[in-house]
Amino acid sequence: MTGWWLLVAVKVVIVAAGVMTAAAYLVLLERKLAAWVQDRIGPNRVGIPLTRIRLFGLGQPLADGLKFIFKEEFTPGHVDRWLYWVAPVAILTVSLAAFAVIPFGSVLPSSVGVEGEHPIQLVVAPGIHVGLLFVFAMGSIAVYGVILGGWASNNKYSFLGALRSSAQLIAYELPLGLGILGVVATAGTLDLQRIITTQAETGCWFVFTQPLGFVVLVIAAFAEAARLPFDLPECEQELVGGYHTEYAGMKLLLFLVSEFLHMITGAFLIVILFLGGWHFWGLTGSAEEVGWFRAILRVVVLLAKVFAVILFFQVVRWSWPRFRFDQLMSFCWRVLLPLGMVNLAAVAVFWEVFVSESWLPGGRLGAAIGGWLVLIVSGYLLGRARPVIADNRPAATLMPHDIDWQVP
Amino acid sequence: MKPDDPAIRWIDPPELTLSEQLYLPLFAQGLTTTMRHWKRTWTEGPVTVSYPDEEPTIGNPLNYRGVHRLNRDEQGRVQCVACFLCATACPAHCIDIVAAESPWPDRDKYPESFTIDELRCIFCGMCEEACPVDAIELTSLYNLTGRSREEMIFDKEKLLSVYDKTKDSEPMQSRSGGGAS
Repeated sequence: MTGWWLLVAVKVVIVAAGVMTAAAYLVLLERKLAAWVQDRIGPNRVGIPLTRIRLFGLGQPLADGLKFIFKEEFTPGHVDRWLYWVAPVAILTVSLAAFAVIPFGSVLPSSVGVEGEHPIQLVVAPGIHVGLLFVFAMGSIAVYGVILGGWASNNKYSFLGALRSSAQLIAYELPLGLGILGVVATAGTLDLQRIITTQAETGCWFVFTQPLGFVVLVIAAFAEAARLPFDLPECEQELVGGYHTEYAGMKLLLFLVSEFLHMITGAFLIVILFLGGWHFWGLTGSAEEVGWFRAILRVVVLLAKVFAVILFFQVVRWSWPRFRFDQLMSFCWRVLLPLGMVNLAAVAVFWEVFVSESWLPGGRLGAAIGGWLVLIVSGYLLGRARPVIADNRPAATLMPHDIDWQVP
Repeated sequence: MKPDDPAIRWIDPPELTLSEQLYLPLFAQGLTTTMRHWKRTWTEGPVTVSYPDEEPTIGNPLNYRGVHRLNRDEQGRVQCVACFLCATACPAHCIDIVAAESPWPDRDKYPESFTIDELRCIFCGMCEEACPVDAIELTSLYNLTGRSREEMIFDKEKLLSVYDKTKDSEPMQSRSGGGAS
């Protein structure tokens, strides 16, 4: 039993430390990327402290962290002290807790098992059959951190920011759920490890058979992580800040880091659900038992895919303009939600027809073709309907007495 | 202005083409722009410079508006005739001139003291424009620093020393004016 506890403790340390370090260095990557996209150099000064060695700015995360630590821990006099303290802690806790069920590899070879029976699974909490639900639950609790932060700040701007943010997060939970529902239905499980294994065994990643679900999930993941083009909670160029206006120093850092962790979680979800997890054709195999080489290769493949998705997240940030809030909401309710439902229905029908009952020939290829057709057709129809484009100008036919009548 | 005012021209948004209606081609277009800049930075290098390590190149030093200098004529005398046109033109009132009887026969007045408060200066170049004898000019020295306010108040000697320092790299812009020389 001691061995088991030790194993869990080691995994927790690896995941927590790894994820936090990764978040710090991804911030550096984001800054470098922003610089490159804007024809600049980016941070390249900080290297090893007390020397003149620069190392391409790789010491920057350390400097950033130290700066936040040494900043004054200022608490405004008008805040609700208890909630003001709880909010950042809560949001960081749930962001980290989501990683408990997210696999960061497959399994280790059975020779290193603690009791010599089961190979060690590379998840902090293996065998949770509702892992996906757990991730979603944690994502929903993160909204509490946001709204508590806004409420405790006792500042109307913070509170409005919190309201905007929570409205957005809650709204985009729905398409997020609909996007993954197709995967859950076809894989028949909520266990993330099982979902990867399903894709590995068939060699057919779900992105090929359910492209519409993939699109919906990716867009909803952007909104959930409050990344551009959906970063309305704290659009730096337009607002003072969002729900964290009144925060400074380490507490602000907790908010920012947890937002970054949301992005990493989202990237992991995208990779695990749609991009095959640790599977790559001809490289990783799909067997339950692996040797050391395969085991490490699977970890590398998974992390490489996650890195690629995060890179996409960051490039997108500098590519597209931000949505307006009404566009954000109508995009969620009028575009993503119907698309998610169409995807779910289409996946259910195609899977039944082509794969599980085989009424029509084609198997997974047929399901894939059907999925892509649905993507194109529904995209075209939605484009024709133009649900996001709202005309906010006063009507040309509006008469002055109408205005008088409307204004009380 | 009322909504039914005939002076208002109502413009309808342009009709979307098929690719715009599909949204995704536009997304690809935005991504392409980003990637093009990224590639440009990696292949051709950034457009910015690492400042303290490398000095930026100033496009045309004669147009650049940096630290002031007071020009000397051929005999090494200050070219200024203390006409106060620069001090009058200065919107920030940073030029202070004390005029005195000129010891030289070719002009009536010369500046006994000529002081520019560089902290107050907004580097608009109006003094340069106003000067009838091209005595005051803005150089391309851009990194002007000091440890105290007093240090940043440039007197005549300092302004003349700026000329001595920059006269080779930046020749006087025009000799067309009258006055000395």
